[in-house]
Amino acid sequence: MSQRLKLNGVEHEVDAEPGTPLLWVIRDELKLTGTKFGCGVASCGACTVHVDGEPMRSCQTYIEDVDGAEITTIEAIGNTAAGAAVQQAWQELDVVQCGYCQSGQIMSAVGLLTENPKPSVEEIHDYMHGNACRCATYQRIRAGIQRASEIMEG
Amino acid sequence: MTVNTSRRGFLKGATAAGAVLVVGLRPDGALAAGNTQAQINPFVKIGADGRVIAIVKHFEKGQGPTTGLSTLIAEEIGLRMDQIDYEFAPSNPELYANLAFGPFQGTGGSTAMANSFQQYRTAGAAARAVLIEAAANAWGVDAATLDIADGMVTGGGQSAPLGDFVEAATALEAPSEPVLKAPDQWRLIGNADVRRLDSAIKGDGRAMFAMDVHLPNQMVVMLARPPQTGGLVAGFDDSDAHHIKGFIRAATLPNNAAVAVYAEDTWAAIQARDALSVEWDLSNAETRDSSQIKAEILAALEGDAEYNVLKNDPAPMDAAATTVEQTFYFPLLAHAPMEPLNCTIEANDDGGITLHDGAQMPTGPHMALAQIFELPMEKIRINTMLAGGSFGRRATPTADYQVEAALAFMITDRTRPVKLVWSREDDVRGGYYRPAFGHKVKVGLSEEGEIVAWDHRIAGQSIFKGTAFEAMIVHDGVDHASVEGVADTPYNIPGMHVGLTDTKKATSTLWWRSVGHTHTAYAMEVMMDMAARAAGRDPVEFRLAYLGDSTDAKRKAAVLKLAAEKASWGAAPAGRRQGIAVHKSFGSYVAEVVEISGSAEDGVQIEKITCAVDCGIAVNPDVIKAQIEGGVGYGLGHAMRDEITLTGGVVDQSNFPDYEPLRIGDIGAIETHIVPSAEPPTGIGEPGTPPSAPALANAIASTGPRVALLPMVNDGVSFA
Ligand code: FES
Ligand code: FES
Repeated sequence: MSQRLKLNGVEHEVDAEPGTPLLWVIRDELKLTGTKFGCGVASCGACTVHVDGEPMRSCQTYIEDVDGAEITTIEAIGNTAAGAAVQQAWQELDVVQCGYCQSGQIMSAVGLLTENPKPSVEEIHDYMHGNACRCATYQRIRAGIQRASEIMEG
Repeated sequence: MTVNTSRRGFLKGATAAGAVLVVGLRPDGALAAGNTQAQINPFVKIGADGRVIAIVKHFEKGQGPTTGLSTLIAEEIGLRMDQIDYEFAPSNPELYANLAFGPFQGTGGSTAMANSFQQYRTAGAAARAVLIEAAANAWGVDAATLDIADGMVTGGGQSAPLGDFVEAATALEAPSEPVLKAPDQWRLIGNADVRRLDSAIKGDGRAMFAMDVHLPNQMVVMLARPPQTGGLVAGFDDSDAHHIKGFIRAATLPNNAAVAVYAEDTWAAIQARDALSVEWDLSNAETRDSSQIKAEILAALEGDAEYNVLKNDPAPMDAAATTVEQTFYFPLLAHAPMEPLNCTIEANDDGGITLHDGAQMPTGPHMALAQIFELPMEKIRINTMLAGGSFGRRATPTADYQVEAALAFMITDRTRPVKLVWSREDDVRGGYYRPAFGHKVKVGLSEEGEIVAWDHRIAGQSIFKGTAFEAMIVHDGVDHASVEGVADTPYNIPGMHVGLTDTKKATSTLWWRSVGHTHTAYAMEVMMDMAARAAGRDPVEFRLAYLGDSTDAKRKAAVLKLAAEKASWGAAPAGRRQGIAVHKSFGSYVAEVVEISGSAEDGVQIEKITCAVDCGIAVNPDVIKAQIEGGVGYGLGHAMRDEITLTGGVVDQSNFPDYEPLRIGDIGAIETHIVPSAEPPTGIGEPGTPPSAPALANAIASTGPRVALLPMVNDGVSFA
């Protein structure tokens, strides 16, 4: 089944059956591999993308549910002010280790800062709870969000 | 393991590679214009544009060798970090052996920096020497007057980028013993401001992991594996899979270990595998429950041990005025790296095979593929990709997942590349676990509260027996990985006796971040704490009494004192309690103070962890800190709540909801202090893990229960 998808500002015509997770359309069909597969059951956050600006787990978001929506992935999040700030903070603090979870961490962090530009530690913990990092980079993720918040303040 | 840091190995390798590549020539011998890369030696390539590329022989799973080994090359040549790139070495056990492993290329045992420190500095210094000589020849000046800094060759009133001399330099012979920079000349080694080279690409989606390989016309394969270890395929019905768009076919692997489902893409493979119904032959399959495995291990701790590890007399318990005793249990654990296992295989035009893999031990799959495809070693190529974590899982002695992919590819017509993908469920249920272990320890104290006897029994499944590494690690029947951290402790413990009993294989097992130290550090450090309390002495002061004058003991004592001092040991803020542990592993010494609030009944909150580490020369201090942070998190997360259990041989857990990873709110700040050192660098990927769980246990026990049966949630502890 053919469907239209607006991703990172570009319209795509994709061929996917209803029930296909957005994750696999992005990775296998559009070949944008920055969005990761970690669990497939919405419990790790590695697949997080923005759907109309809201972080969503693309492994549990079905293609028919994003008809007409604007989707943003890690490859384009740097075009937003919050995205650029988070990426800069992540580099300053060398947050990443293996890096596999980090696209999802960054997409969630941008979601948080867009909603709440100066989150408290508790708010960071609540919002980021669903983004697992097996390398346990959490302390730098926390610091990275705080640093990005400063960068955004200017 | 000893690390061979002699220069001879390097120079032999350098000659071998020098003969293969000639700058300015294409492989067909024709002169190429511009853009050529000169391979100065196996570890250094330089473009005519002057950009230097470090050839990294270790895979990158986040532990930092791409940055670390590049730092060594950049330091010796005289570059800024923004003037160097890295590439992963091809699979070649002669050129790129891990010097701690023998003729075997691979990463493990926290050896990446330890075995490369001399080798990569020498490679960088050799490159520097020929560049300087080429510049001296060009300018007609004495080489001794020239220097390279920030990528510029300077001296005798002249200055030019090093790229100008690359072509001439490759015609020169590298000195056999290049002079290395002295520590006081280092600008990058030990510099806390050096950033990771892989940060940017991992923050914007550019980083390519093996999971991201997408070859033209590739098929995605997922395997239906037996529910229990030892099961075999008896037959299958794929009629329901035929309705799934993108399903290609299903076939039993030649070894009957699984049914391979071939599909056009990952989602089709996932659905088709779900639709498959497989009949299993379980006549030789594991059928035990994990409770039986636990009972067997605990029973093995009673009575006579199979091996007298220290070959000495029993612990003189009669001499004790009082004793403290504790039995410990450590469950099976999965590694669960963030990137599920996968690799891709394709046929090459020359009849060879290429494996794209986050290859932790390239030589293993290299040999396995050569055997499976009946090809000479040089016809197998391995393209090492970034790995989304491993914690040991990507290095199995059987090359398990690479062999699966090879078998699945072998039975096709080999015109389409095969990408094998594991789901998270495959990973959590896929075996190769940290083996379950038990310890039973009895410590005898004198009237004065001094240790006079220490009887230490260990039982569990050997990791190394029956593997290719057995001869290296198993001696007189004792798998060193079962007793490391106890039998070789730097503590000078009077009357220590160590008994080991191997228990029967229940499932496949594997090294897991810090191997035997995952359980031995816990038993040792909790017992030390119990003994100190029984003796009415401070746990830090008590431990120091058993750390004598040997260098080993002094280094361990130094990190213990530093962590205690930095954590304000004994002066925790109101409402907080502290626990401490110190352990040596992989040549490095780490002490950790865990500070908690709350209680075991109402919920413990881990507020702060203060760490001190001595890993020799700290090449990249910030990477070291990151590895301690990660190692602490890995140790604590599993100790708190994770275990793999079996019912009738079937794994009960399946994915993150029931094998719950550490989450961001679970632990507070981690502070790491590095002991300055001039000793050669030692391990850093693993040593942060061992002391974390016992330090937490000791904090909990300071006013609450003594936790000895892991995970902690099974032994009366709740977490906030
Ligand atoms: S892959 Fe979607 S949350 Fe884990
Ligand atoms: S950086 Fe490895 S899983 Fe997060």
